[in-house]
Amino acid sequence: MALTGRALLILGLGVAVFGAGASLYGARTGRREWVECGRRSVYALAGLMTLAFVILEAAFLRSDFTFNVVAGHSSTTTPTFYKLTAPWSSQEGSLLLWVWLLSLWSSLVLFLTRGKVREIVPYATAILLGFGTFFLSLTVFYANPFATTSNPPAEGAGLDPLLLHPSMMIHPPMLYSGYTLLTIPFAFAVGALITGRLGSEWIAVVRRFALAAWLFLGIGILLGARWSYTELGWGGYWAWDPVENAALMPWLCITAFIHSAMIQEKRGMLKVWNASLVLGSATLAIIGTFLVRSGVLDSIHAFGASTLGVPFVLLIAAMVCGSIGLVVWRRPQLRSESQLDSLLSREAVFLFQNLVLVAMVFVVFWVTFFPLISEAVTGTKVSVGPPAFRPFIVPLALVLVLLSGIGPIIAWRRVTVANLRRNFTIPVLVGLVTLVVLIVAGGGTSSRPLALIMFGLGGFVIATVVQEIWRGVSARRAMSRDPVPVALVQLIRRNRRRYGGYIVHAGLAVLLIGVAASSSFQHSSDVSLAPGQHAVVNGYTIRYVRPLASASAQKISFGAVLDVSKGGKHVTTLTTTRGFYPAQDPTLGIIGRFFNGSADSNVGLRAGITKDIWTVINPDLGPLQGLISKGDRLFAADESQIMSRASKVSTQQTQQSLNALFAERDAAISGLVARFKSHPWSVNFLLIVSPLVTWIWLGALIIAFGGLIALWPVPAFARRRAVARAGAGRRTSPAVAARETA
Amino acid sequence: MDPSRKRAIRLVVALTAALLLASALVYTSFAAGRDEVTASQLLQKAKPGKSYILAGTVLAGSVHHHGTTLVFSVRDPKQKVAVPVRYTGIVPDPFAEGRGVLVTVREQGSQWIGEQNSLTTKCPSKYQAASSSY
Amino acid sequence: MLQFLIVLAILAVVVIVVTGPLRSVSRPSATADDSTEIADLEAAREAKYREIRDAELDHSTGKLSDEDFEAVDRTLRAEAVEILHALDRARRA
Repeated sequence: MALTGRALLILGLGVAVFGAGASLYGARTGRREWVECGRRSVYALAGLMTLAFVILEAAFLRSDFTFNVVAGHSSTTTPTFYKLTAPWSSQEGSLLLWVWLLSLWSSLVLFLTRGKVREIVPYATAILLGFGTFFLSLTVFYANPFATTSNPPAEGAGLDPLLLHPSMMIHPPMLYSGYTLLTIPFAFAVGALITGRLGSEWIAVVRRFALAAWLFLGIGILLGARWSYTELGWGGYWAWDPVENAALMPWLCITAFIHSAMIQEKRGMLKVWNASLVLGSATLAIIGTFLVRSGVLDSIHAFGASTLGVPFVLLIAAMVCGSIGLVVWRRPQLRSESQLDSLLSREAVFLFQNLVLVAMVFVVFWVTFFPLISEAVTGTKVSVGPPAFRPFIVPLALVLVLLSGIGPIIAWRRVTVANLRRNFTIPVLVGLVTLVVLIVAGGGTSSRPLALIMFGLGGFVIATVVQEIWRGVSARRAMSRDPVPVALVQLIRRNRRRYGGYIVHAGLAVLLIGVAASSSFQHSSDVSLAPGQHAVVNGYTIRYVRPLASASAQKISFGAVLDVSKGGKHVTTLTTTRGFYPAQDPTLGIIGRFFNGSADSNVGLRAGITKDIWTVINPDLGPLQGLISKGDRLFAADESQIMSRASKVSTQQTQQSLNALFAERDAAISGLVARFKSHPWSVNFLLIVSPLVTWIWLGALIIAFGGLIALWPVPAFARRRAVARAGAGRRTSPAVAARETA
Repeated sequence: MDPSRKRAIRLVVALTAALLLASALVYTSFAAGRDEVTASQLLQKAKPGKSYILAGTVLAGSVHHHGTTLVFSVRDPKQKVAVPVRYTGIVPDPFAEGRGVLVTVREQGSQWIGEQNSLTTKCPSKYQAASSSY
Repeated sequence: MLQFLIVLAILAVVVIVVTGPLRSVSRPSATADDSTEIADLEAAREAKYREIRDAELDHSTGKLSDEDFEAVDRTLRAEAVEILHALDRARRA
C-alpha cells in the first residue's frame, strides 16, 4: 500500500496547487464557479490526507517493516496504543499529520463560512492551500512517509521509551491543531488585506478560529509540561527549552489578539496592531515548527545537509515580507476610527496587556535565539539558560495577572471615582488581606516577596471573577426569579464570551499561584541512601524501605520503595524505578549492552492539593560493573567457541548452542539484577517536596473549561429567530432584537 | 493639551519603555551568557585547569559506564573531532547517543573531567537527522 | 496492479468532485460588491446588538452608573438604527 500512499500525497499536491490557482483565478475574474472549485479542492485534500494517514497507521498497526518509518520508530513489542502514536514521532509522519490537520481544519472553516466574507474566502483558500502545498512538497520530495525498503529488518527500532506516555497520544495532535488553526486567521487576514475588506466581518469570522487555536495550543503546551513533570526525571515542568518556547511564543501572540480584537469590534481601533498580531502568530507558529525539526539551534552550521532548514527559512521569509508589505500597503484602510480617551479605561488596560504579552514574546524570542545571534555577531556561541528568562518574565507575568483582574471591572472609555469605588473595593481588599495573611503566616518576613505578590494578585483576580459572577446572577434573578443555579447557568449561556473569559482569568490566577509557589518554596534534596536509611525534606521523613529489581528481554529495571511519614504518621508510600533498555551496539559487551543502553525513569509521585512529594532513583551500577565485565568476557569466549565450531556442525546444532547460550545469558542477567535486591548498596535519590503543583493542573483545567465556554457556538436557531424577527418587522427595536440574539 | 500632542507623548513613552526593555535584555544576555565551545575549539584553545562549557552531540558507540563514572565523547558539529569526557553525577533521562548535550569540563592531565551534575541534554529534537556518527 | 487501479479510481473521484462546479455553470454570479456590503452591515449589526446587551449587563451589575448607562445606551441604539437603515438601503438596491 506504500505506493498508494505515495500516490495519494502526489495527488494531494496536485489538488492543492490546482485549488489555489482556481481560487485565485475565480477571485480575479469574479467567476464564482472557480472559487467553488477551490473550496472543493480543500475538501478533496482532506479526504486524500485522511486516506493516506489511515494507510500509514495501518502499516504501523501490522508492524510492516517494509515501511522505513515503521522500522525506525516501532517494533512488534510496542503496545498497540503506542503503535498508533508512533507515526508522529517521526519527521515524515509528523509532516503528514500537519497537512492532514491543516486540511481538516481548513475544510471546517470553508464549510462554516460558506455564505460569508465572499470576497475574502478565495484568497484565504489559496493561502491555506499554499501552506498545504508547502508541507506536501516536503513529504513528496524530502521526507516521504511511504518510503520502503526491499530488505525489511526482522524487528523495528521501537519507540523511544521517553515517548511511552499517554500524553503522547494527544500532545502532538493538540499542538499541531493549534499551529494549523493559526494559519486560518492568517489566511483570512491576508485575504482581507488584499481585498481591502477590513470591516467588521473578517474579524468576527477570524476571532473564533483564533480562540480555537489558542485553546488547542494552550492544552498542547500544558500536556507537554505535565509530561515533563511526571515522565522526565528532573522534577520540573518547564525548562525554557527552545522546543517549549517555540510553542509558547505564538500562544502569547494569539492571546494578545483575542483581547485586542475586542477593542477593534467595539471602537474600531488598533486595526494595524490586530492585523500584525494575526500575521505574527502564524509566522511564529511556522518558526516553531521549523525550530523543532531543523536542529538550527544546535549550531548554525548544522544547516542544509539533511535537514529541512532551507525551505522553512524561505517560507518564513515570504510570510514576514508579505505580511509587512500588505500592512504597509493597506495602511489607509487600517486607520483607527476613534482614539484612546483616557489611560484609565478598559481600552487602555487592554492595550497595556497587549504590550506586556508582546514584550514577553520578544523576551522569549531573543533569549531562545540568542545562541544563534551571538554566534552570528561575535563568533562564539553563548549559552543562556533559564536564569536569563526569569528577571524579565516574572515581573511581566505579575503585571499581566494584575491587568487580568483590572480589565473585567474597569469602565470603558473613562473611569470615574464612583466606578472605582463600586467595583474595586472588594477585590482589592481580598488581595491585600491575602497578602497580609500570608506574610503573617510566614513569620513577618519573606525571602520570596515576588511569590507573595503573585498570591495577593491571584486573590485579587479570583475576587473580581467571583464578584462579577455574583452580580450577574443577582441581576438576572432580579428579573427572572430563578433559583441561583439556574440563574448562573442562564447567565453564562447567554453571555458566553464574557463569562468564559472571566473563568479563564480565574484559571490563569490559580495556575500562576501554583507556579509561584512551586518554584519559590520548593525543598529538594539529593541524597544517597542504603535500605533502611532515611532523609528529611521539609519536615517529611523519607525512608528507603526496600529495593526493587526486575529483568526482561526488553527492559531491566532497578527501583525502590520509599516510605514517607510526617511527625511519626505515615503519609504515603512511593515507588520509583529506573529502567535500562538494551543497546544494539555489540561492542558494549554481550551482558554489558543490557546495562548501557538508553534509560528512563519512573518517578514516584504523591500529588496533593497542598503539596507534591516527588522522588526519582538514580542507581549507580558500579558495584555490578566487575561482574558485568567478567560476564562479557566469559560469554564472548563461549560465543566465539560456538562460532568456530560452526563450520564443522549443522546450522541447526549451532543455532541450538546459541539459543542455549542466550538462555544462560538471560539467566546471568537476571542473577545480576537480583543482586540489587539481595545485596543492595547505596543509591542516589532526588527528593522534592513542592507546594501547590496541583494548582497548575487545576488552573489549566479551569482555563480549558472557560475557553470551551467562550468558544461554544450560539445555538443556530436562536440566531435565526432573532434575524427573522428583526427583518420581518421594521418596528422591532434594536433592544428587543439584541436581547434575542444570545 | 490637545489630543495629537497627548498621543505623541504616549508614543514617545511607549517607545522609550520598549527601548529600555530591549537594552536590558541585550545587556543581560551578553553578560549572563557563558561561552559554549565545540570540541574542536576546546582542543585548540583550552587552558589546563580552566573550565569550559562543551557543547555538541554524543558520539555513537562512545558511551560506557565505569563504576560511578560515565564516559562518553562529544563530537564537533562541523569537524571530525570528538572529546572524551569522564563525568560523574546525575545523568538526565534524555541522555543518549546522538543527543545534544552541554557539560562543563576541565582539563586534568590528559583527560577531560566533567564537573559533577553539570551535564544537561537538549530537549530531543526528534526530527533531527541522526548526526551522531561520522 | 491493484494499487494502480485504486489510485486511478481515487483520481477519478477527486477530479469529478473538484471540477463539479465548472460543469454545472448556469447561475450568473451575484455582483460581489453588494453581497459583501450587506454581509458587512449584518456583521456590524450583530456586533452592535452585542454591545447593547453588554452595556445592559454592565449596568445591571453595577459597572455603569445610571446616567452613564443612559448616555451609552442612547448612543448605541442610535448607531444601531443607522446600521439598520443602511442595511435596508443596501437590500433594496
